[in-house]
Amino acid sequence: MSGRTGMPAPVRGLIVAAGLVAAWQAVVWLTGVPHYILPAPQAVLAALLDHAALLAENTGTTAAEILLGLAIGTLLGGASAMVMDYARVVRRWLMPVLVASQAVPVFALAPLLVLWLGYGMASKVAMATLIIYFPVTAAFLDGLRRTEPGWTDLARSMDASRWSALRHIRMPAALPSFASGLRVATAVAPIGAVVGEWVGSSSGLGHLMLNAIGRGQTDLMFAALSVLAVLAIALYFTIDRLLVRALPWVAESGVEDRINA
Amino acid sequence: MTADHSIRPFSISVHAARLAYAGALLFDALDVTLPAGQTTCLLGPSGVGKTSLLRLVAGLEGAGVVRCSDDRPLRGRYAWMAQQDLLLPWLTVAGNLMLGARLRGERPDPARADGLLRLVGLAGRGDDRPASLSGGMRQRAALARTLMEDRPVVLMDEPFSALDAITRYQLQDAAAELLAGRTVMLVTHDPLEALRLGHRIHVMAGRPARLDEALEPAGAPPRDPRDPEILKLQAELLTRLASARAATA
Repeated sequence: MSGRTGMPAPVRGLIVAAGLVAAWQAVVWLTGVPHYILPAPQAVLAALLDHAALLAENTGTTAAEILLGLAIGTLLGGASAMVMDYARVVRRWLMPVLVASQAVPVFALAPLLVLWLGYGMASKVAMATLIIYFPVTAAFLDGLRRTEPGWTDLARSMDASRWSALRHIRMPAALPSFASGLRVATAVAPIGAVVGEWVGSSSGLGHLMLNAIGRGQTDLMFAALSVLAVLAIALYFTIDRLLVRALPWVAESGVEDRINA
Repeated sequence: MTADHSIRPFSISVHAARLAYAGALLFDALDVTLPAGQTTCLLGPSGVGKTSLLRLVAGLEGAGVVRCSDDRPLRGRYAWMAQQDLLLPWLTVAGNLMLGARLRGERPDPARADGLLRLVGLAGRGDDRPASLSGGMRQRAALARTLMEDRPVVLMDEPFSALDAITRYQLQDAAAELLAGRTVMLVTHDPLEALRLGHRIHVMAGRPARLDEALEPAGAPPRDPRDPEILKLQAELLTRLASARAATA
């Protein structure tokens, strides 16, 4: 725990962040690299403030894409896992397809998604959904199929129906696995949204980054990148906290336990 | 399906029980009868197949004919307590006690759960999660959950093994009272426990395993462990167990 190590995790995080910025500044000073290749930290900060409104607007787009993708992917993944668990036939036919689909680089589908779903949000949400779907499905299904056998026996001795055992024992028992799938999904969802924006879009942080590079506004591109990084980290920690709070019986599963380990 | 909660005892006969485990025959063509309303104890060396035989009666593994004297299936009429407490970590202790009702879509009875928790010495712990209980407390919660089921048949696998001597003694008394009139199968390692609680005591031995002639101590359970007669029988059981171990190894 944080008390034992002396310094709370957020303080350590801030110190590391400050160290990285200092290193960045040092590289700029020592190499004299031109600002359009690597702008200095304060130039990026200035761009951040100058273009605050523009950044905020595009952040809204990207955040909406990520959250929608996360919601849809999680729902679809959770539902698929349950159907595959319940119906052996479905599992036997769908599992190979699912596993094989993981070998296909999903990003290669991005142009196709834009072609089919247009330059708007739909193609980005679809992209995020696609890359979330598998980790969630696989993790939840794995959890469902690994119920402690004693609990299944207990349900049987208590004369539980199959559905009732699924609902009251196997589903809650699989929630920790589901949560780790969701954590992975949260980490990869922003990738899906941004890749979708790179391929073709009219707004969003990915869109803004491409445009800024094209116009030589490297400082703005860095500003957008840092906003994206903060957005992704904030999202990850928020989801993690919610999961830890929702599953209080699961010991030491949250990111904080890993940080403080 | 309607569960039968009335305690009209019936006997259970197991015929031609057979279980192979990892290529070895644990037992084969084994017959045993659990007389109606009595407690049958099963002693024997570790690994002889006591737990498996209990699970076979519960319909959880193995092959064999399990028949109730009233010619109705046993399913839905027995409560099973495994060696592990099998408490669900996401439910409170009281929630665990009421799991059976919840699984069957019946109305849970919190007052009864409270009463049973008090009986096993866990009064006031109903709202806690199992993780906050000690090993002995968890086993007591599992015992309370088993009794909560209120079934005419109770199958128990070392229900008091994690308890200290005094708690065990008290809980054996409490259990004997609640189990009276039910058909009980009790697997244990402790000859004295069998002598306190059992109407009939079998020693299981050999590979494939067999049951010896049942020992039937006089008097009704719970018996006084300080009774010289009981201590004499304990000595006899220890002798039987020693030869059982030699026969099984």
